[in-house]
Amino acid sequence: MSKRIVSATINGEVAEFLVEPYETLLEGLRNDLGLMGSKEGCGNGNCGACNVILNGALVNSCCVLALEANGATVTTIEGIAQGDHLHPIQQSFLENAALQCGICTPGFIVAAKALLDAEPDADEGRIRHYLAGNLCRCTGYDKIVRAVIDARDEMRQPAGTR
Amino acid sequence: MVTTDKPAYKVIGTRPLRPDGIDKVTGRAVYGSDIHLPGTLYGRIKRSPHAHAIIKRINTAKAEALPGVRGVVTAADFGGDPAALPDVSKNILAGDKVLYRGHAVAAVSAISDLIARQACDLIEVEYEVLEPNLDVREAMLAGAPILHPNMRTRTPAGPSENASNVVAHAAVAFGDADKAFAEEDLVVVEIETKTQMVHQGYIEPQATTAMWNPDGHLTVWTCTQGSFPARASISAILGHPISKIKVIPTEIGGGFGGKIAVYLEPVAALLSKKSGKPVKMTMDRVDVFEGTGPTPGTSIRAKLGATKDGKLRAFYADLAYENGAFAGSAANYATMCIAVGYDIEHVKLDAYDVVVNKPRTQDYRAPSSPAAMFAIEQLIDEMAQKLNIDVETLRMQNICKPGTRGPMGMPHQAPGHEECVRQAMNSEHYKSPLEGPNRGRGTASGFWFNVGLRSSVSVTVQPDGNVSLIEGSTDIGGTRASLAMQLAETLGIAYDDVTPTVVDTDSVGYNDVTAGSRVTFGTGMAVYEAGKNVIKEMTARLAPTWQCPAEDITFEGGTFKNADGSKTGTFKEIAQAVVGRGPGLTASGSVNAGFLQGGGFAHAIVDVEVDPETGKVTILRYTAIQDAGTAIHPSYVEGQMQGGAVQGIGWALNEEYYYDDTGRMANSSYLDYRIPTTLDVPMIDTIIVEVPNPLHPFGVRGVGEPGIVPPLAAIANAISHATGVRQTQLPMNPRRILETTNNGK
Repeated sequence: MSKRIVSATINGEVAEFLVEPYETLLEGLRNDLGLMGSKEGCGNGNCGACNVILNGALVNSCCVLALEANGATVTTIEGIAQGDHLHPIQQSFLENAALQCGICTPGFIVAAKALLDAEPDADEGRIRHYLAGNLCRCTGYDKIVRAVIDARDEMRQPAGTR
Repeated sequence: MVTTDKPAYKVIGTRPLRPDGIDKVTGRAVYGSDIHLPGTLYGRIKRSPHAHAIIKRINTAKAEALPGVRGVVTAADFGGDPAALPDVSKNILAGDKVLYRGHAVAAVSAISDLIARQACDLIEVEYEVLEPNLDVREAMLAGAPILHPNMRTRTPAGPSENASNVVAHAAVAFGDADKAFAEEDLVVVEIETKTQMVHQGYIEPQATTAMWNPDGHLTVWTCTQGSFPARASISAILGHPISKIKVIPTEIGGGFGGKIAVYLEPVAALLSKKSGKPVKMTMDRVDVFEGTGPTPGTSIRAKLGATKDGKLRAFYADLAYENGAFAGSAANYATMCIAVGYDIEHVKLDAYDVVVNKPRTQDYRAPSSPAAMFAIEQLIDEMAQKLNIDVETLRMQNICKPGTRGPMGMPHQAPGHEECVRQAMNSEHYKSPLEGPNRGRGTASGFWFNVGLRSSVSVTVQPDGNVSLIEGSTDIGGTRASLAMQLAETLGIAYDDVTPTVVDTDSVGYNDVTAGSRVTFGTGMAVYEAGKNVIKEMTARLAPTWQCPAEDITFEGGTFKNADGSKTGTFKEIAQAVVGRGPGLTASGSVNAGFLQGGGFAHAIVDVEVDPETGKVTILRYTAIQDAGTAIHPSYVEGQMQGGAVQGIGWALNEEYYYDDTGRMANSSYLDYRIPTTLDVPMIDTIIVEVPNPLHPFGVRGVGEPGIVPPLAAIANAISHATGVRQTQLPMNPRRILETTNNGK
């Protein structure tokens, strides 16, 4: 088997890279593009540390082939902040002390963004349901859920009043 | 937060943002597997499919012949003294025997991860399969298959005569428990508990990169809880001088005790030496479950005796801990925790460390204490029921005070147990009645003794009057913040004026592991010491300018002052004067903070609902109460309490190493070894108690560990109140609940 070209819009910019046909999107992001923010915790879709948004849908990038991203739009943790402005979810994670070791944090933030972009009014029950695919072993989830609730409230403020 | 008398701090007790926070919310922070040097080779481990077998022969020829392979190593390649760290060495590459499924037998480096994996498949290992020991009590019996023919049991009377699977028997006795049980008129309750191995479950698998330079300098990047102890282990295993090894700690994605021991580091170093290239090795999740160290499964028999009016008089426990394939996480720690919450005159404990054909255990958050407290705190609950006394009242009646016998027989100095239980009883949770069918409330206490050990830091005063803090304790959950806050408090400056950095083993003095709840405590003492030394040096430099003896200059509340108060200056003003125009100023602080360091008590109140149809237990409400001594950064103290509580909930309700008869772990994935998710737990309420620790300049106690101790027993007590049936085995999963409550028919 020989390598194939993947062309995708990643964090707003077009990227072309060569992948093995069996390579996962997570491997492509990390090893070919140097986007190390997506993490591998389990390699089989159980922990969510590798979460990215692929064509608007939240996916475990360890369970997607890199080739499947050809022609797609991908948002990774590196694309959440705008310039030097943290996204409200990132700011809320900091202010709520919602991370300890930080290894699961990129996945949680990407997942929370996918949720709040689609469902800006998600309540605590919905947030807990949506984030159940992301494992955290440090925090007990309390401060993570609070951070997402606070970010939701911040994001619901009309533009200009933030 | 509940605060007893404490000084008015300016920085301590506030909740600033952590210095490493932005890197961690943007994906920039560099963890173990994020290291990637040019020309890196990929290493993989060949593991045993058997739980117990003799290695007859290893043939690596086919693997070495595979194109792209750059090296193959086995235990024969280790160059160290075989007597140095034999267990660690044999655990990371087996010698003549494999002792558990997943035991490493060889390793390969190759130009791609895929080729390295293919090469592992081509390594031929011929085994003579032996019968495995999979039960701790059976492994103790005469006639059980022996794991280590040379092992003799360490006992108080000396080593045993015959080979045994019992590593050690620790016997602890205060008073005369046998006599008290036999002769006093006591109400006695007994329990026999059993728990299974559980894993720390850190989300980041082990990952290491090693580069062995031809001049003998070895650099190792690794996600470790202790870069200095890791360096010492690598040195001993490879027989390579410690001063030629530099360990660079990356960010660490969780550890909880599981990232103290080395696994991949010496192997990657050997593979790098063979190939002349950097070698990166990572584990996958199955490797982590099968090939690293979970915490022991246990079998405990305990009994408690009290007078009819509720005075606890005698306690006995026989504690057997599965160490796994080699001597591991020690049962002896349990003897230092199990009965120290109460004033009990007669205590007798027999603790056994036992090898079985499972992975070599490692410490896990308050190691040995949770399973021990699962036993005694259920006995406390049962005693209260039998005596018809409120259980918290029974605890308070017997609670330890200053001077009560504590861990290792040493008197407690300022134990926070009493304040924890008092705050629990005053809490809104405790005062709210729990209503509804199939529901129950449970409480339990926990203790971890907290270690001090050795730490070094250095502090450099910058020309603008800000300071940098150089530390060697890897930051596993916010200690850059908690140390920077202590330095700011010591120097009378703002938190933002301190820039903390975690550095490698060549760049700061010795630091023990980030474990034992010790960094904010022990490294905090080194920070305080370094801060004092900075002030001393600044005072010495100021004296000639102020034309007075250095002894006449005082520093208080962030301000230098001469004897008559005619000259004053803030830290920043003086720093700019003496450093901005003078030679550089760096001061260090190094401490050996000893072993037992005050200890920390925790307590929990939990409400559960048990579904009689399915046996599923739902946590309705949980309040964690814990003595932090002084909470440096209350948010991260709460985080430790909440995280410990939820790990304990997972341990209580669902987690276990589930083995088949051949010693194969049947659930070595996060799908089947299911740790709690957001859906499994409610918000975890916290009450921080502050009974200052007299052994620390700011009164700090370690807070990392005690929170995992109470939930096992607290949940068991709650289930027992909901169902009327006492729970003696973990996990209390739906199957167990249905079996024990007979509702499954």
